[in-house]
Amino acid sequence: MTVLTRALGAPMTRVEGGLKVSGEARYAYEHRAQRLVYGWIVQSTVARGRIASLELEDALAVPGAVAVVSHANAPALQPSDRAELAVLQSNAVAYRGQIVACALGETLEAAREVAARVAIAYEPERHDVVLYAEHPRLFEPETVNPRYPARTDQGDADAGLATANVAIDCTYTTPAFHNNPMEPHSSMALWEDGSLLIYDSSQGAPYARDQLAELFGLEPEQVRVISEHVGGGFGSKGTPRPQVVIAALCAKVVGRPVKLAVTRQQMFAFTGYRTPTIQRMRLGARRDGTLTALVHDAILQTSTLEQFAEQAAICSRMMYAAENRRTTHRLAALDVPTPSWMRAPGECPGMYALECAMDELAISCGIDPIELRVLNEPPLDPSNGHPWSSRNLVVCLREGAERFGWQERDPTPGVRREGRWLVGTGVAASTYPAFRQKSQARVRAEADGGFTVMIGAADIGTGARTVIAQIAADALEVSPSAVRVEIGDSALPPAWLAGGSGGTASWGSAVVPACRLLRERLGAGEEAPLEVSVDTEQELEQDRRDVSRHAFGAQFAEARVDVDTGEVRVPRLLGVFAAGRILNPLTARSQFIGGMTMGLSMALHEQSVIDREFGDYLNHDFAQYHIASCADALDIDAVWVEEQDPYLNPMGSKGIGEIGIVGTAAAIANAVHHATGVRVRDLPIGPARLVRGLP
Amino acid sequence: MASEIELELTVNGVPRSLEVDVRTTLLDLLREHLDLIGAKKGCDHGQCGACTVLVNGHRANACLLLAVSLGGADVTTIEGLASDGELHQLQRAFIEHDAFQCGYCTPGQICSAAGMLSEASEEGVALDAAEIRERMSGNLCRCGAYVNIVAAIAEVAER
Repeated sequence: MTVLTRALGAPMTRVEGGLKVSGEARYAYEHRAQRLVYGWIVQSTVARGRIASLELEDALAVPGAVAVVSHANAPALQPSDRAELAVLQSNAVAYRGQIVACALGETLEAAREVAARVAIAYEPERHDVVLYAEHPRLFEPETVNPRYPARTDQGDADAGLATANVAIDCTYTTPAFHNNPMEPHSSMALWEDGSLLIYDSSQGAPYARDQLAELFGLEPEQVRVISEHVGGGFGSKGTPRPQVVIAALCAKVVGRPVKLAVTRQQMFAFTGYRTPTIQRMRLGARRDGTLTALVHDAILQTSTLEQFAEQAAICSRMMYAAENRRTTHRLAALDVPTPSWMRAPGECPGMYALECAMDELAISCGIDPIELRVLNEPPLDPSNGHPWSSRNLVVCLREGAERFGWQERDPTPGVRREGRWLVGTGVAASTYPAFRQKSQARVRAEADGGFTVMIGAADIGTGARTVIAQIAADALEVSPSAVRVEIGDSALPPAWLAGGSGGTASWGSAVVPACRLLRERLGAGEEAPLEVSVDTEQELEQDRRDVSRHAFGAQFAEARVDVDTGEVRVPRLLGVFAAGRILNPLTARSQFIGGMTMGLSMALHEQSVIDREFGDYLNHDFAQYHIASCADALDIDAVWVEEQDPYLNPMGSKGIGEIGIVGTAAAIANAVHHATGVRVRDLPIGPARLVRGLP
Repeated sequence: MASEIELELTVNGVPRSLEVDVRTTLLDLLREHLDLIGAKKGCDHGQCGACTVLVNGHRANACLLLAVSLGGADVTTIEGLASDGELHQLQRAFIEHDAFQCGYCTPGQICSAAGMLSEASEEGVALDAAEIRERMSGNLCRCGAYVNIVAAIAEVAER
């Protein structure tokens, strides 16, 4: 493929930046409508059972009450395999916090008071909400997300472990994590002549449109979803969440527009989260560190409603060479909300376990952790024998070592003290797959000499609008200022959602040929206004080359641990990435360091605690579920290495939205061990887990 | 029971006379009644800072203030920071340093920074990066733009 140059590669500021800094960017909840009704969601207070009765007299007596919608009066939805979206369709309760009703009021205050006065009696049943390694109902699913086999076997892993000169066998756990985008999930629904218009906080308006059409038995053309500005998602707004269905149902019942926002507390129940994981890692190696066996067994949870199988062990299929290898996933279906997509699903928790285990193996073998990784670099993808489209992990490790000052590192743990602080450094590798999904784009040459690019993409903070303008500008050979980008609307040509680090690659693959075709036709004498459309479905069908496409990276961390309190600080984080061509260095750096900041948060702060007794996430607000704050983010930087990869897309880019979080927590855990000599294998690392082991 | 009370206050320099439900917060008054959507609702509990506005020149979480308690107050929101169509220097610095991604916490970050700069100046405190981080830690950003936020504020603080 010919690679584009010019606007791409320039540090262009965000095209919607002015709107965002002046408060003019309108997010889903901020749209207006005549005769608007406010909704407030009512949640179940039992973790499993049935609604026995609903008492609404008090609720409906509240001044300004409009209605209460529940299973008793909600319109029927079409059957769907998304049971989480079949809201208010029965009296069954599958988890505590599930939506059981929606209160509607003339004002927000009235709706909230109505909700508080809805009296529900339940017939509770015994619930089971805690995941543990010996859970009697663990099972092996047929596949893990998105469609990988749950188990792989190569060689004889057990024999490999038994005959290894050096072996480690360690179990790592990660708690449930909640995505917590700053904008709570919000929707406003308007019905007109049997058609549905929704303003939604969605990472993919076309995808949300299709799901809503299916649920409400409509043609896709009868539904329009608009998500012009989205306040973060991190996966939690990728597939539609229940609030969008509730808004549409309620608007249908009352015959007026309805808007509602999920509260921060409610977000911990039904807008998705990352499953807790229990990961047993067994590595066997020769004395020099060459891996002979690698076994990664992941235990995860799902719900009784839907099966969600996080692909936690798949990274162990492709990261390192090993003759003998086994990876497994087992699930327990508990009475909990269904886990869902969260930034770097699979790789994020999986690489935490693998990269900590590699650090432990390096120590056992007495070799440098960077050299251990270099030594086990696989020439071909061990999962399928395909060549890599490009793999520059070693370049990242070497470049990072140089920049971070790794050469001077004394590997002895627990021996560096500066005042109150024990000091250490750690490293971990990072990876994320690069892929494309079919997308369509339309580009129009306007009579005034400008161009409009139309594509059902989404900008959830990634800088999509900006990079699409850059991509189009280069393909049209004009300045980005001549390009207007329309995204965030299902009425635009359908395109892949902002997820899986596949947005830019998928959208650009449609935008580039559309722009080139338009330019050709203008060059041949056709006149503006002129419009062309491109669908990449066929091109992607034909692009079946047997190569493995992944981005790689190296994460370096310095940790300081207070010798008495066990407080952990991370004064330095450096990420070095090989992710194809970096299209906008300004916004790319922001994505990388944003992911790393979330990785820091995962390592030290975040943890959703399930309540065994009542079946809910206990710490369901920002006062109790701690995320990294400004004071936690010290020197965090990301750089990248040059990478030319002809197997990707017309831009030569790999996705960068997720790789920043992969490996960060492992690098920090490894640095904490180097600082203190204490190996914490259960996240989050903090005083409670460190203090007993400190000298 | 809902009951309404008359309220007079100034928002972004404009005197307003309103009837408000006693339960209405300043944040909902701004967003739902005045269509000033810049102040964001991120948690409604004073834990995230997305709703930060300036009340009589001091930063405050609009979600924690009942509107009826603000008779005579002078409220400045993100919409009131720019003057004569010119962005405030903090707003420009946020764009230049790419100090936001999704933009949802951004109006609160900028209002908080504006309030913080005047606090520091009143207190005679020098704003190095550590001081800025500490004083900006009431404003959460899940996209993880903190490093760029501190750089943007530091640039303005140095002027």
